Amino acid sequence: MCTRLLEKTNVMLLTILSLFYAYPALAAQQGPEVLPNPDKPWWFWPLVLLVFCFVLGIIAVLAGVGGGVLYVPLVSGFFPFHLDFVRGTGLLVALAGALAAGPGLLRRNLANLRLALPVALIASTCAILGAFLGLALPTNIVQICLGCTIILIALLLTFSKNVERPEVKEQDFIGKALGMSGSYFEESTGENVGWKTHRTLLGLFLFIIIGIMAGMFGLGAGWANVPVLNLLMGAPLKIAVGTSKFLLSITDTSAAWVYLNKGCVIPMMAIPSIVGLMLGSFVGVRILAVAKPKIIRYIVIGVLLFAGVKALLKGLGI
Amino acid sequence: MKGTTNTSAKASPEQIKYADLLFWGSWFSILLMIITYLVYLAGILDPYVPVDKIQTYWQLPVHEYVEKARIPLGWGWVKFVTKGDFLNFLGIALLGGMTIICFFTLIPAYVKKKDWPFLIISICEILILALAASGILAVGH
Repeated sequence: MCTRLLEKTNVMLLTILSLFYAYPALAAQQGPEVLPNPDKPWWFWPLVLLVFCFVLGIIAVLAGVGGGVLYVPLVSGFFPFHLDFVRGTGLLVALAGALAAGPGLLRRNLANLRLALPVALIASTCAILGAFLGLALPTNIVQICLGCTIILIALLLTFSKNVERPEVKEQDFIGKALGMSGSYFEESTGENVGWKTHRTLLGLFLFIIIGIMAGMFGLGAGWANVPVLNLLMGAPLKIAVGTSKFLLSITDTSAAWVYLNKGCVIPMMAIPSIVGLMLGSFVGVRILAVAKPKIIRYIVIGVLLFAGVKALLKGLGI
Repeated sequence: MKGTTNTSAKASPEQIKYADLLFWGSWFSILLMIITYLVYLAGILDPYVPVDKIQTYWQLPVHEYVEKARIPLGWGWVKFVTKGDFLNFLGIALLGGMTIICFFTLIPAYVKKKDWPFLIISICEILILALAASGILAVGH
């Protein structure tokens, strides 16, 4: 039954995507100055967006990626919205998901304030810079950068091998001074697992880049947070994933405010996106409890590669 | 507190407090967003931007959209909160403001613990987020 549901979900996503490709007005979207006359009733796109985001929410959970990272490339590639609005809404989508998941992660100590706060201060400050940079640059430049970033994310998802419990022999001075350590309860083994960070300075430096990219593209940044926290700084995978999700609630807040204040949020498209993705995530979590389909992850990587190349070509005017 | 390591697997009291406030605030914002969106769709309040024009506007770069639809920047929407579309910004703004509100709960805890590095970090974070939220940066040029 679960397999059938998954098949249906995939078929729905592919049908929606192929529908957009078959829609000539949207195919003409390759050139930014072409504005097709709206020939659909006003409720058409919000409704399609709600259904699309619901399916996206399910797939994001099953593939183990954030909603924002799928939302921006797919919606900017296949919907008639300008990239400015897609990025603004993408940040709100990622923010809503992070805020909804944050409390549970904090209570279980899987998201840790001592690890998150110093990193968040850097990332959120840089996300503001990134948001201004993204809004100041010409759309085609942002499209090219976005395309390259999405391709990079797809490659990262393919080749990055996270470590369950990295070995940290000695904590560095900054990590020690900031008290970046703690422990969590590992349910599978019934033990308390202690952790501490190393290479903290380099990690903090990388969050400058992560913050700028998060603000510039509205993608969320879980795809970058987790490898840095886990592989570089030595946080256990569960702590890295939990803290990363919580971190988004702070990083995306600062960038989202810039987009919001600049007029990049249109409620008609923002609310169905947020609600659709959240509902989809709840259904996705239920499906995940009974099945861990690896194939979904590979489909998502494939779709991301396709969307990345499409954004790149769009930016290059090809 | 400087340099200490939390050896308990339980979350610290300030972390629990932050989580509780975030939980109620976030879900209230999302609920508010859904209600205001339904009010908007039902046409109970007249929208600022006519719904039949939105399809044209959302294809434009944001600066053209702001200019053509005469969209107020920053917190300018508050003056038009009785318009169906701008009413939705109540939930969105609350969602965006929850992190700032939650950070305020950390300050007394870090003062009590004399955890000065984290007190400074929390205050700086509030200032950064408040600066972004204020609209000064967006409207100022």
